[in-house]
Amino acid sequence: MAPITVTTTINGEAVSYLCEGDETLLDVLRDRLGLTGAKEGCSTGDCGACSVVLDGRVVCSCLVLGAEAAGREIETIEGMADGETLHPLQEKFIEHAALQCGVCTPGILVAAQVLLARNPSPSEEEVRFGLAGNLCRCTGYDKIVRAVLDAADTMRDGQ
Amino acid sequence: MTASSENALKERQFKIVGTRPLRPDGIDKVTGRARFGADMTAPGMLIGKVLRSPHAHARIRGIDASKALALAGVKAVVTHADFSKVGADLDDVSCNVMARDKALYDGHAVAAVAAVSGAVAAKALRLIDVSYEILPHVTDVEAAMGADAPVLHEDMFTSGIRPKPDRASNVVHRHEFGHGDVAQGFEQADVVVERHFTTAATHQGYIEPHACLGSVGPDGQGELWCCTQGHFYVRNACAAMLGMDLSHLRVTASEIGGGFGGKTTVFIEPVALALSRKAGRPVKVVMSREEVFRASGPTSSTAMTVKIGATRDGRITAAEAELKFQGGAFAGSPVDLGAMTAFACYDLKNVKTVAYDVVANRPKQAAYRAPGAPMAAFAVEGVMDELAGKIGMDPIALRLKNAAEAGTQSSYGPKFGPIGFVETLVAAREHAHYSAPLGPHQGRGVASGFWFNFGGQTCVSLNLHADGSVALAVGTPDIGGSRASMGQMAAEELGIDYDKIHTIIADTSSLGYNDISEGSRVTFSTGLATIQAARDAITKLCGRAAQFWGIPEDAVVWEDGHARPAGANAGDFEPLSLAEIAATAAKTGGPIAGHCEISAEGAGVSFATHIVDAEVDPETGRAQILRYTVVQDAGKAIHPSYVEGQYQGGAVQGIGWALNEEYIYGDDGRLQNPSFLDYRIPVASDLPMIDTVIVEVPNPGHPYGVRGVGETSIVPPLAAVANAVSAAAGVRLTELPLSPPRVLEAIDGMAAEDEA
Amino acid sequence: MRYEAPENIETAVKLLAGETGNARVLAGGTDLLVQLRLGHVEPDLVVDIKRIAGLQAITAEDGGFRIGAAVSGAQLGEHDGVRALWPGVVEAVGLIGSTQVQGRASIGGNLCNASPAADAVPALVAAGAVATIAGPDGRREVAVENFATGPGRTVLAAAEIVESILLPARAPGSSDAYLRFIPRSEMDIAVVGAGISLTMAGSGKCSGARVALGAVAERVLLVEEAGEALTGTNLDDRALSRMGDAVAAACRPIDDKRGTKVFRTKVARVLAIRAAKIALERAGRA
Repeated sequence: MAPITVTTTINGEAVSYLCEGDETLLDVLRDRLGLTGAKEGCSTGDCGACSVVLDGRVVCSCLVLGAEAAGREIETIEGMADGETLHPLQEKFIEHAALQCGVCTPGILVAAQVLLARNPSPSEEEVRFGLAGNLCRCTGYDKIVRAVLDAADTMRDGQ
Repeated sequence: MTASSENALKERQFKIVGTRPLRPDGIDKVTGRARFGADMTAPGMLIGKVLRSPHAHARIRGIDASKALALAGVKAVVTHADFSKVGADLDDVSCNVMARDKALYDGHAVAAVAAVSGAVAAKALRLIDVSYEILPHVTDVEAAMGADAPVLHEDMFTSGIRPKPDRASNVVHRHEFGHGDVAQGFEQADVVVERHFTTAATHQGYIEPHACLGSVGPDGQGELWCCTQGHFYVRNACAAMLGMDLSHLRVTASEIGGGFGGKTTVFIEPVALALSRKAGRPVKVVMSREEVFRASGPTSSTAMTVKIGATRDGRITAAEAELKFQGGAFAGSPVDLGAMTAFACYDLKNVKTVAYDVVANRPKQAAYRAPGAPMAAFAVEGVMDELAGKIGMDPIALRLKNAAEAGTQSSYGPKFGPIGFVETLVAAREHAHYSAPLGPHQGRGVASGFWFNFGGQTCVSLNLHADGSVALAVGTPDIGGSRASMGQMAAEELGIDYDKIHTIIADTSSLGYNDISEGSRVTFSTGLATIQAARDAITKLCGRAAQFWGIPEDAVVWEDGHARPAGANAGDFEPLSLAEIAATAAKTGGPIAGHCEISAEGAGVSFATHIVDAEVDPETGRAQILRYTVVQDAGKAIHPSYVEGQYQGGAVQGIGWALNEEYIYGDDGRLQNPSFLDYRIPVASDLPMIDTVIVEVPNPGHPYGVRGVGETSIVPPLAAVANAVSAAAGVRLTELPLSPPRVLEAIDGMAAEDEA
Repeated sequence: MRYEAPENIETAVKLLAGETGNARVLAGGTDLLVQLRLGHVEPDLVVDIKRIAGLQAITAEDGGFRIGAAVSGAQLGEHDGVRALWPGVVEAVGLIGSTQVQGRASIGGNLCNASPAADAVPALVAAGAVATIAGPDGRREVAVENFATGPGRTVLAAAEIVESILLPARAPGSSDAYLRFIPRSEMDIAVVGAGISLTMAGSGKCSGARVALGAVAERVLLVEEAGEALTGTNLDDRALSRMGDAVAAACRPIDDKRGTKVFRTKVARVLAIRAAKIALERAGRA
């Protein structure tokens, strides 16, 4: 079986790649495109470490085939900062010590970015339920939730 | 240490220690740039995969890999025959890495393949023909101790009992700790509570699966990149298993995506190297989540009996515990640590703990955050809670009445130095949480816990650059923000800005041996070594200044980042900054560096008291955590945010352990829930904010008073949560996890009893 | 594995019909990709139906709504019309997995996966939803309660695809609710699920009710006796208790890693009664 040619948009840039039919988008990002910010924690959609944005919705890239991405818009953690300028969520995560080991952090940031895009003023409960698909084993989530709420404040003030 | 120097430590004013600077690895970790175990590649890299036993216990009659080797793209297959014979200290580790004559648990590695892709490697695994003779198995700890249980190791004879047994069994040893006469103590008691407890095996649940990239060239030189808590240990274990000189294997620790004790040993690392040596190409091995659950190192499951007697006014007269821990297929469960910590919070005249280390057909346990202590505390603090209820005493008051203090002879032997247990109890009692009102079906639980904290071998190198910046090389992987705290301690000592220090985790060829990042030892031991290395550098800096000024070395002092003449008699010179001295180092004797090589002594034990409110749905048995407060003695918090993070993370891992996490084995001895779907670690929406109180009773064994903080935080929560849920449910719960079916059964059982 | 993403249903059916090996339909992929990854299925062909016009659409039809089989949970949850008419169905679909899964998991996939614990299905059964199936011989309709025949087994014949699900119109005074029991607050498979749909007549009496249960049998159950126990009553405690008894009597669960027989049966009763109260309260506003 010949590999499939896929043309898509990743972090605003046109990208083409070859992949096998059963290869996941996560495999493509990590192994073919060198975008290793998305992590594989489970490969079953249970941990959220591989979260990326697909046409405006946050998804587990381990549950998307590489072939499905044709013609779609994909955003990954690598596209979150604007050059040297961090996204407010990224800044607040560092400031609040909302990461310890940091392996879940890219997925949580991506999920939080979509969460705030859809709900700029979430309650603590909404943040907690919105991020329930992103497992973190280090922090107990406290500082993550605080960082997201603080980033939401900052982003609203900035508008 | 004298009382006055203790006070000096308490009152010392710091410039940088105790503040909350940004962590140096922060930007890499929020932008996706940080490189974890699976993020590394190498030219010509192959992918390795491991074939694992589907049987809980089976003799391996033969392994035929010929079909796999014939598959296009397969470059090497290894089995136990490809590893060198190792010494007794590593024999079990080696046998766990690759099974020899028997597979001892579901998931035990039996062979491995390296191929040009993961897909080819996976296909090749299915072509390896292993001939198994299935043997009877046992997974439960008490069943494994039974006279008729299948025996895992024919050469295992229980030690610590007389006469020496004449039959092999699954009981590794029996150990006893304590002092006084418990029988006499129980006679003096007005009230005695005795309960039997069990806990399920749990997993550390780090989000990053084990991953490594190994390469061994034809010259016998090897390199390994891996996520580990201790790359020096990994080097030693791998070199032994491959028959290499230690100097021929350079191990680099990647960023580590969580460990909690589970990354203190080797699983796939020797396999990647053996495959690479055979294939002549670099080999990457990454565990799947299923492999992590089946074949890394979860903790013990346990069965425990605790008995405590007290007078009516709350003075404990005797305490006794019998602990049985299965540690998987090999010796070494943390039962002794459980037995030593069980009653460590209390000042007891008569105390005895008996520990049984047991093997069973499960993966070999690895350390999990304060190994052994959370389970023992669950049992002891549960009985303490019940005892308080029986004598009508406030549970914190009961603990205060019996609390260990400086000078108390601990239940495990040594006398305590200055400790902060009473301070945690007082802070908990005075916290607003403790007196907040509760609603219907809600209960409050309190529990305390103890952990030793460790020191150990540590080696640090601190190099001053010509521009006045400083490179600090440490050998303990950063598992909780230690690059920030090391930078703070170095900056504090040198008197320069935190931003001027760059801390790295050096590879195994660049520094001397460092013990693993475990035992809450890093901030203490590596911190101590960092301070001493900085002081070493300061001595050299002062020497250069003395040379520059032409005065004796001892006439120079170091203050606020500058060399200064020690007094008016020393001469009148403008102070020289670190940067100024470093800039001219080439002319004054060459590079300036500070070093420290120690086996760190003087670790300070620590205590914590937790308060938790829970609500139980009486119709479904589901428990919800409503409020949680951690009070813990840090000695000295170098970076308070990361201390709080350790408190919160430990508490939440404990909540998961208490409520839902468990290894579930079927009758066939196979693990039923090797996924994050059914191994249920807490998610964000399960939890409230976790409040923290940092108590600081300095450890005299550290220049700034540091105790460890990483582990004590997981000791109280199992008990605290169980006490809260028991209060909310109105029935004492003694089996973990407190899963809804179990809680509902207890509630309904009690209701049936009431009706009868 | 061959991957195809046809743009109309006829091509999709043809692709499936023409495959001699193992073929699978891909909608949201949240079940299929997990099975692929764990090696539980090894298809030769995967047909992605998300690019087929209409399969990701929600359209009003005869006072109800036709939901394309590939409509995701997130899409359904954002549809005000369906939310107002069938809040129980929307909340059931919304419980499937995380935000990440919601962006992908489809209502048709949840049905076709045929898990006894599927969250959407008890609500759809209670709602009296009907699936439209396209196949080599044209289209046919199957009531959702008759769709699954056992764990992972359905009435779908070779090369058949679920195209859409019809949620019917509602009489005034009608509403629905779904509750499930999980140990955590999110991310778990239902240990028990209970969906209920009812209509309260002007008299204040229940003129009809349907009760469906998940994870208490080899497939989702429609418990007619439970619905009957409510019909003609004002959902007083006695009626609710009789309904609960009927629910408990219908349960035939298994002991497994997620729950025991006893627990599932007890909790099914509790959830059905709680769901009925929610549906009653909603019906008062409908």
